Amino acid sequence: MFVDMVSTAPSSATDADEDRADAMFHALADRTRRDILRRVLVGEHSVSALAASYEMSFAAVQKHVAVLERAGLLTKRRDGRQQLAHGEVEAVRSVASLLADLEELWRGRIARIDELIANDPITPTP
Amino acid sequence: MPVTDVTHDLDTRTLVITAEFAAPIERVWQVYADPRQLEQVFGPPSFPATFVEHDLTPGGRAHYFMTSPDGEKYFGWWRVTGVDAPSRITFEDGFAADDSFTPLEDMPVSQNIYAFEPKPDGSGTRAVFTSTYDSAEALQKVLEMGVVEGASSAINQIDDLLAR
Repeated sequence: MFVDMVSTAPSSATDADEDRADAMFHALADRTRRDILRRVLVGEHSVSALAASYEMSFAAVQKHVAVLERAGLLTKRRDGRQQLAHGEVEAVRSVASLLADLEELWRGRIARIDELIANDPITPTP
Repeated sequence: MPVTDVTHDLDTRTLVITAEFAAPIERVWQVYADPRQLEQVFGPPSFPATFVEHDLTPGGRAHYFMTSPDGEKYFGWWRVTGVDAPSRITFEDGFAADDSFTPLEDMPVSQNIYAFEPKPDGSGTRAVFTSTYDSAEALQKVLEMGVVEGASSAINQIDDLLAR
Protein backbone atom coordinates (compact mmCIF):
# COMPACT_ATOMS: atom_id res chain seq x y z
CA MET A 1 0.00 0.00 0.00
CA PHE A 2 1.28 3.40 -0.87
CA VAL A 3 0.78 6.59 1.04
CA ASP A 4 -0.57 9.65 -0.69
CA MET A 5 2.35 10.37 -2.99
CA VAL A 6 0.87 13.51 -4.48
CA SER A 7 -0.01 15.15 -1.21
CA THR A 8 1.43 18.39 -2.58
CA ALA A 9 -1.82 18.73 -4.53
CA PRO A 10 -4.33 21.05 -2.82
CA SER A 11 -5.81 18.88 -0.07
CA SER A 12 -9.28 20.38 -0.43
CA ALA A 13 -9.41 19.17 -4.02
CA THR A 14 -8.26 15.72 -2.88
CA ASP A 15 -10.97 15.54 -0.23
CA ALA A 16 -13.58 16.58 -2.76
CA ASP A 17 -12.34 13.95 -5.18
CA GLU A 18 -12.47 11.28 -2.51
CA ASP A 19 -15.97 12.28 -1.45
CA ARG A 20 -16.98 12.06 -5.07
CA ALA A 21 -15.40 8.64 -5.47
CA ASP A 22 -17.16 7.42 -2.31
CA ALA A 23 -20.50 8.58 -3.69
CA MET A 24 -19.83 6.93 -7.03
CA PHE A 25 -18.80 3.59 -5.59
CA HIS A 26 -21.78 3.63 -3.26
CA ALA A 27 -24.10 4.41 -6.15
CA LEU A 28 -22.67 1.60 -8.25
CA ALA A 29 -22.72 -0.99 -5.48
CA ASP A 30 -26.33 -1.89 -6.25
CA ARG A 31 -27.65 -4.06 -9.08
CA THR A 32 -30.79 -2.02 -9.73
CA ARG A 33 -28.85 1.23 -9.87
CA ARG A 34 -26.34 -0.24 -12.31
CA ASP A 35 -29.23 -1.41 -14.45
CA ILE A 36 -30.87 2.01 -14.34
CA LEU A 37 -27.57 3.59 -15.26
CA ARG A 38 -27.12 1.25 -18.24
CA ARG A 39 -30.55 2.29 -19.53
CA VAL A 40 -30.08 6.03 -19.13
CA LEU A 41 -26.61 5.92 -20.68
CA VAL A 42 -28.19 4.58 -23.86
CA GLY A 43 -30.87 7.25 -23.94
CA GLU A 44 -33.08 9.53 -21.92
CA HIS A 45 -35.80 7.78 -19.91
CA SER A 46 -38.63 9.21 -17.88
CA VAL A 47 -38.51 8.16 -14.23
CA SER A 48 -41.98 6.62 -14.56
CA ALA A 49 -40.85 4.55 -17.57
CA LEU A 50 -37.89 3.36 -15.51
CA ALA A 51 -40.16 2.53 -12.59
CA ALA A 52 -42.33 0.37 -14.87
CA SER A 53 -39.27 -1.78 -15.65
CA TYR A 54 -38.76 -3.00 -12.08
CA GLU A 55 -40.80 -4.98 -9.63
CA MET A 56 -40.60 -2.32 -6.98
CA SER A 57 -42.50 0.79 -6.09
CA PHE A 58 -42.19 4.04 -7.98
CA ALA A 59 -40.84 5.60 -4.79
CA ALA A 60 -38.11 2.96 -4.51
CA VAL A 61 -37.00 3.50 -8.11
CA GLN A 62 -37.10 7.25 -7.56
CA LYS A 63 -34.80 6.76 -4.58
CA HIS A 64 -32.31 4.80 -6.68
CA VAL A 65 -32.40 7.54 -9.30
CA ALA A 66 -31.70 10.11 -6.58
CA VAL A 67 -28.62 8.19 -5.39
CA LEU A 68 -27.27 8.08 -8.92
CA GLU A 69 -28.01 11.78 -9.31
CA ARG A 70 -26.18 12.70 -6.09
CA ALA A 71 -23.14 10.74 -7.32
CA GLY A 72 -23.15 12.79 -10.50
CA LEU A 73 -23.74 9.68 -12.61
CA LEU A 74 -27.18 10.78 -13.79
CA THR A 75 -28.91 14.11 -14.37
CA LYS A 76 -32.60 14.85 -14.46
CA ARG A 77 -34.54 17.51 -16.30
CA ARG A 78 -38.20 18.35 -16.22
CA ASP A 79 -40.29 18.12 -19.39
CA GLY A 80 -43.85 19.11 -18.65
CA ARG A 81 -45.11 16.66 -16.04
CA GLN A 82 -42.35 14.17 -16.73
CA GLN A 83 -38.94 13.87 -15.12
CA LEU A 84 -36.39 12.74 -17.72
CA ALA A 85 -33.14 11.10 -16.66
CA HIS A 86 -29.98 10.62 -18.63
CA GLY A 87 -26.60 9.16 -17.79
CA GLU A 88 -23.42 11.17 -17.43
CA VAL A 89 -20.96 9.35 -19.66
CA GLU A 90 -17.93 11.25 -18.39
CA ALA A 91 -18.67 10.46 -14.75
CA VAL A 92 -19.05 6.75 -15.45
CA ARG A 93 -15.78 6.83 -17.28
CA SER A 94 -14.02 8.31 -14.25
CA VAL A 95 -15.08 5.39 -12.00
CA ALA A 96 -13.84 2.88 -14.52
CA SER A 97 -10.61 4.81 -14.81
CA LEU A 98 -9.86 4.30 -11.09
CA LEU A 99 -9.51 0.57 -11.65
CA ALA A 100 -7.90 1.06 -15.04
CA ASP A 101 -5.20 3.19 -13.41
CA LEU A 102 -4.61 0.53 -10.77
CA GLU A 103 -4.25 -1.97 -13.59
CA GLU A 104 -1.53 0.22 -15.07
CA LEU A 105 0.31 0.19 -11.74
CA TRP A 106 0.21 -3.60 -11.78
CA ARG A 107 1.28 -3.85 -15.39
CA GLY A 108 4.39 -1.87 -14.49
CA ARG A 109 5.11 -4.15 -11.54
CA ILE A 110 4.65 -7.30 -13.61
CA ALA A 111 6.88 -5.94 -16.34
CA ARG A 112 9.58 -5.44 -13.70
CA ILE A 113 9.16 -9.03 -12.44
CA ASP A 114 9.47 -10.26 -15.99
CA GLU A 115 12.58 -8.20 -16.55
CA LEU A 116 14.17 -9.36 -13.29
CA ILE A 117 13.55 -13.01 -14.18
CA ALA A 118 14.86 -12.53 -17.71
CA ASN A 119 18.06 -10.92 -16.42
CA ASP A 120 18.59 -13.46 -13.64
CA PRO A 121 16.92 -16.70 -14.69
CA ILE A 122 18.76 -18.98 -12.26
CA THR A 123 16.35 -21.05 -10.20
CA PRO A 124 17.58 -21.40 -6.64
CA THR A 125 18.70 -24.85 -5.65
CA PRO A 126 16.81 -25.87 -2.50
CA MET B 1 3.14 -9.68 -23.16
CA PRO B 2 3.29 -11.11 -19.63
CA VAL B 3 -0.17 -9.83 -18.59
CA THR B 4 -2.79 -12.20 -20.01
CA ASP B 5 -6.00 -11.15 -18.25
CA VAL B 6 -7.37 -8.32 -16.13
CA THR B 7 -10.64 -8.27 -14.21
CA HIS B 8 -12.10 -5.19 -12.56
CA ASP B 9 -14.94 -5.55 -10.08
CA LEU B 10 -16.39 -2.15 -9.30
CA ASP B 11 -18.71 -3.52 -6.60
CA THR B 12 -16.00 -5.05 -4.45
CA ARG B 13 -13.19 -2.72 -5.59
CA THR B 14 -11.16 -5.76 -6.59
CA LEU B 15 -8.52 -5.99 -9.24
CA VAL B 16 -7.45 -9.41 -10.52
CA ILE B 17 -4.39 -9.51 -12.78
CA THR B 18 -3.25 -12.71 -14.45
CA ALA B 19 0.26 -12.83 -15.83
CA GLU B 20 2.50 -15.50 -17.29
CA PHE B 21 6.22 -15.63 -16.75
CA ALA B 22 8.71 -17.67 -18.78
CA ALA B 23 10.26 -19.21 -15.69
CA PRO B 24 9.63 -22.12 -13.31
CA ILE B 25 7.32 -21.50 -10.34
CA GLU B 26 10.27 -21.65 -7.91
CA ARG B 27 11.93 -18.76 -9.73
CA VAL B 28 8.78 -16.62 -9.59
CA TRP B 29 8.33 -17.44 -5.90
CA GLN B 30 11.89 -16.35 -5.24
CA VAL B 31 11.00 -12.81 -6.37
CA TYR B 32 8.67 -12.62 -3.33
CA ALA B 33 10.75 -14.72 -0.97
CA ASP B 34 13.91 -12.65 -1.43
CA PRO B 35 13.45 -9.07 -0.18
CA ARG B 36 16.33 -7.82 -2.35
CA GLN B 37 14.49 -9.05 -5.44
CA LEU B 38 11.08 -7.92 -4.19
CA GLU B 39 12.25 -4.35 -3.74
CA GLN B 40 13.45 -4.33 -7.36
CA VAL B 41 9.92 -4.97 -8.63
CA PHE B 42 7.64 -3.53 -5.95
CA GLY B 43 7.96 0.18 -6.58
CA PRO B 44 8.44 2.02 -9.84
CA PRO B 45 11.97 3.25 -10.60
CA SER B 46 11.00 6.75 -9.44
CA PHE B 47 9.78 5.42 -6.03
CA PRO B 48 12.14 2.57 -5.11
CA ALA B 49 11.06 0.30 -2.26
CA THR B 50 13.25 -0.85 0.62
CA PHE B 51 12.19 -3.81 2.76
CA VAL B 52 13.66 -3.60 6.25
CA GLU B 53 11.71 -6.56 7.61
CA HIS B 54 10.50 -9.53 5.59
CA ASP B 55 9.08 -12.54 7.38
CA LEU B 56 7.19 -14.64 4.89
CA THR B 57 5.55 -16.96 7.40
CA PRO B 58 1.94 -17.07 8.63
CA GLY B 59 1.54 -14.22 11.10
CA GLY B 60 4.82 -12.74 9.93
CA ARG B 61 5.25 -9.14 8.92
CA ALA B 62 7.01 -7.23 6.20
CA HIS B 63 8.02 -3.61 6.71
CA TYR B 64 8.94 -1.39 3.82
CA PHE B 65 9.34 2.19 2.84
CA MET B 66 9.33 3.87 -0.51
CA THR B 67 11.48 6.87 -1.28
CA SER B 68 10.15 9.71 -3.41
CA PRO B 69 12.32 11.51 -5.97
CA ASP B 70 12.83 14.34 -3.41
CA GLY B 71 13.92 11.90 -0.70
CA GLU B 72 10.73 11.67 1.35
CA LYS B 73 9.97 8.24 2.82
CA TYR B 74 6.56 6.57 2.85
CA PHE B 75 6.07 3.63 5.18
CA GLY B 76 3.98 0.50 4.71
CA TRP B 77 3.53 -2.93 6.21
CA TRP B 78 2.27 -6.39 5.31
CA ARG B 79 0.74 -8.83 7.72
CA VAL B 80 1.12 -12.31 6.25
CA THR B 81 -2.04 -14.36 6.76
CA GLY B 82 -1.09 -17.47 4.80
CA VAL B 83 1.88 -19.01 2.99
CA ASP B 84 2.02 -22.13 0.84
CA ALA B 85 5.39 -22.02 -0.92
CA PRO B 86 5.83 -21.82 -3.87
CA SER B 87 2.21 -21.46 -4.87
CA ARG B 88 0.37 -19.00 -2.67
CA ILE B 89 0.71 -16.10 -0.28
CA THR B 90 -2.04 -14.04 1.33
CA PHE B 91 -1.43 -10.82 3.21
CA GLU B 92 -2.85 -7.53 4.34
CA ASP B 93 -1.14 -4.36 3.18
CA GLY B 94 -1.47 -1.10 5.06
CA PHE B 95 0.01 2.26 5.95
CA ALA B 96 2.39 3.23 8.74
CA ALA B 97 3.29 6.70 9.95
CA ASP B 98 7.01 6.24 10.48
CA ASP B 99 9.85 3.74 10.84
CA SER B 100 8.21 2.15 13.88
CA PHE B 101 5.88 0.59 11.30
CA THR B 102 2.94 0.80 13.67
CA PRO B 103 -0.18 0.39 11.53
CA LEU B 104 -2.20 3.57 11.15
CA GLU B 105 -5.51 2.45 12.58
CA ASP B 106 -7.74 4.81 10.66
CA MET B 107 -6.08 4.16 7.31
CA PRO B 108 -7.34 1.62 4.78
CA VAL B 109 -5.94 -1.90 4.50
CA SER B 110 -6.03 -4.03 1.35
CA GLN B 111 -6.45 -7.80 1.19
CA ASN B 112 -4.11 -9.55 -1.21
CA ILE B 113 -3.89 -13.06 -2.65
CA TYR B 114 -0.95 -13.94 -4.88
CA ALA B 115 -1.27 -17.41 -6.45
CA PHE B 116 1.24 -19.15 -8.71
CA GLU B 117 0.93 -22.36 -10.71
CA PRO B 118 2.97 -24.07 -13.42
CA LYS B 119 1.43 -23.70 -16.86
CA PRO B 120 0.00 -27.05 -18.04
CA ASP B 121 2.27 -27.09 -21.09
CA GLY B 122 5.35 -26.61 -18.91
CA SER B 123 6.34 -23.38 -20.59
CA GLY B 124 6.36 -21.25 -17.47
CA THR B 125 4.30 -19.99 -14.56
CA ARG B 126 0.87 -18.44 -14.36
CA ALA B 127 0.43 -15.86 -11.60
CA VAL B 128 -2.88 -14.47 -10.37
CA PHE B 129 -2.63 -11.30 -8.26
CA THR B 130 -5.85 -10.36 -6.47
CA SER B 131 -6.10 -7.11 -4.51
CA THR B 132 -9.23 -5.92 -2.75
CA TYR B 133 -9.59 -2.42 -1.38
CA ASP B 134 -12.20 -1.91 1.29
CA SER B 135 -13.02 1.65 0.34
CA ALA B 136 -12.83 4.05 -2.54
CA GLU B 137 -10.35 6.01 -0.43
CA ALA B 138 -8.00 3.05 -0.25
CA LEU B 139 -8.19 2.56 -3.97
CA GLN B 140 -7.51 6.20 -4.65
CA LYS B 141 -4.41 6.27 -2.48
CA VAL B 142 -2.89 3.48 -4.51
CA LEU B 143 -3.97 5.15 -7.71
CA GLU B 144 -2.24 8.36 -6.75
CA MET B 145 0.88 6.25 -6.93
CA GLY B 146 -0.30 4.98 -10.30
CA VAL B 147 -0.13 8.50 -11.65
CA VAL B 148 3.52 8.65 -10.70
CA GLU B 149 4.18 5.22 -12.05
CA GLY B 150 4.26 5.82 -15.78
CA ALA B 151 3.54 2.16 -16.26
CA SER B 152 3.47 2.37 -20.01
CA SER B 153 7.15 3.22 -20.01
CA ALA B 154 7.80 0.12 -17.91
CA ILE B 155 5.94 -1.99 -20.45
CA ASN B 156 7.97 -0.46 -23.23
CA GLN B 157 11.09 -1.38 -21.27
CA ILE B 158 10.15 -5.02 -21.28
CA ASP B 159 9.38 -4.90 -25.00
CA ASP B 160 12.86 -3.49 -25.54
CA LEU B 161 14.32 -6.28 -23.44
CA LEU B 162 12.52 -8.98 -25.40
CA ALA B 163 13.60 -7.44 -28.69
CA ARG B 164 17.29 -7.86 -27.82
